[in-house]
Amino acid sequence: MFDTALTLADLGFLAQGAVMTLAVTAVSVLAGTILGVVFGVLRNQLGTYWSLPITFLLDIFRSVPLLIQLVLGNALQSIMKLGWAPFTTSCVVLSLYTAAYCTEIVRGGISAVPATTRRAARSLGMTWWQDMRYIVAPLATRVSLPAWIGLTLGVMKDSALVLWLGLIELLRASQILVTRLQEPLFILLICGAIYFIISFPIARLGGYLEKRWSND
Amino acid sequence: MIEIENVRKSFGQLEVLKGINLTVQKGEVLTIIGGSGSGKSTLLTCINGLETIDAGRIVVDGTDVHAKGTDLNKLRRKLGIVFQQFNAFPHLTVLENVMLAPVKVLGQSKAEAEAMAVKQLTHVGLGDKLKVYPSRMSGGQQQRMAIARALAMSPAYMLFDEVTSALDPQLVGEVLDTLRMLASEGMTMICVTHEMKFAREVSDRVAFFHKGVMAEIAPPEELFGAPKDPELKTFLAATH
Ligand SMILES: Nc1ncnc2c1ncn2[C@@H]1O[C@H](COP(=O)(O)OP(=O)(O)OP(=O)(O)O)[C@@H](O)[C@H]1O
Ligand SMILES: [Mg+2]
Repeated sequence: MFDTALTLADLGFLAQGAVMTLAVTAVSVLAGTILGVVFGVLRNQLGTYWSLPITFLLDIFRSVPLLIQLVLGNALQSIMKLGWAPFTTSCVVLSLYTAAYCTEIVRGGISAVPATTRRAARSLGMTWWQDMRYIVAPLATRVSLPAWIGLTLGVMKDSALVLWLGLIELLRASQILVTRLQEPLFILLICGAIYFIISFPIARLGGYLEKRWSND
Repeated sequence: MIEIENVRKSFGQLEVLKGINLTVQKGEVLTIIGGSGSGKSTLLTCINGLETIDAGRIVVDGTDVHAKGTDLNKLRRKLGIVFQQFNAFPHLTVLENVMLAPVKVLGQSKAEAEAMAVKQLTHVGLGDKLKVYPSRMSGGQQQRMAIARALAMSPAYMLFDEVTSALDPQLVGEVLDTLRMLASEGMTMICVTHEMKFAREVSDRVAFFHKGVMAEIAPPEELFGAPKDPELKTFLAATH
């Protein structure tokens, strides 16, 4: 097993790929979550009928394969002469993709807060915003957390597809090494291990928060 | 003073309140009885503006509840309401439940709100439950907490909507005792209830609702002793 041509420099190359994966994931999940919260609240406020345009738009992002979205997104930005770097394009497309799923998660979380609880808050003289901030947000977060963690981990893995726009993230970095060193199993094993090392803390954080909140 | 003038309210085709006229004076305890679907809950939610009305007016201390430009959030500070369903904020401890609105709505300091919350919780017999989460409490305790939470806003009026209906029979007593205590302290209250004995004891007046109409209103001795309305007679016979 230690009879390998893999050098420390190659490991550094993989690490750089991992950083790229992390960067794309972090930006997309952050932006996607913010958008998802905004759209989720809007959908809840507007009701099924008035939020139809949002729902329709987000359904597109949920149903078209991400690879196609990335390629089309990239073509679109070049047609529109936006001059975006592949990283920017990747983050924009992945953010919208994340937002589409996150909207559903947020909407589900908000509707899980009983109407009677919200009515009680409003009866105490709280404004709509105070109700959202102090009652709905904490309760909806608890309900949505497992699904959101799942989404984040999913986006991290799906982010590998940005290699089609020429970004060298973890999977692409591994492929390059495999081609050069002809040691596919060993390198993919390392690649998988790195994915796991990145995911594990996120999954654990979710477990920890769930446990902490289960006392009430 | 709460003045209800010719209030009408429909949900779609169904007219739930068909011209209600009622005035509740400061310090009065009014109970409302009546069959299911007669519009009792709807009237209470119209009083604090959670529901709109279609005609008539409701005036609370000179403020027209449903007029354009009425600050409902401000108005609701003086109208405490407790519902049939338990609706504690499950992510907050009992103490935090009671402190939240005084701090966020009234702008009280934490210390001020905590002192008030402890006082009200002690008052309803929950002085030893401050750090407990609502899910660890019985239904009766949750309802008493909801009462303390409303009282912490120092409301001028308290509205109770069948606060004992969702409780196991052995827990009804402790909540009714709390209501009796409030009544004896001079709180102005409107209580919707199915507890006839309680209504008879605490009320200054009892109103009987039937199909969206206030069919009879009278002091308890009169309403229970010599009911006039035929529907009321049937209703009272059925509850024995
Ligand atoms: N939000 C609503 N939308 C549609 N119909 C409603 C709504 N709220 C109440 N109703 C209907 O209005 C009628 C009166 O309801 P309300 O809750 O005021 O009755 P109630 O006297 O409180 O009855 P109960 O003793 O069962 O609590 C019922 O037929 C009910 O189904
Ligand atoms: Mg009711």
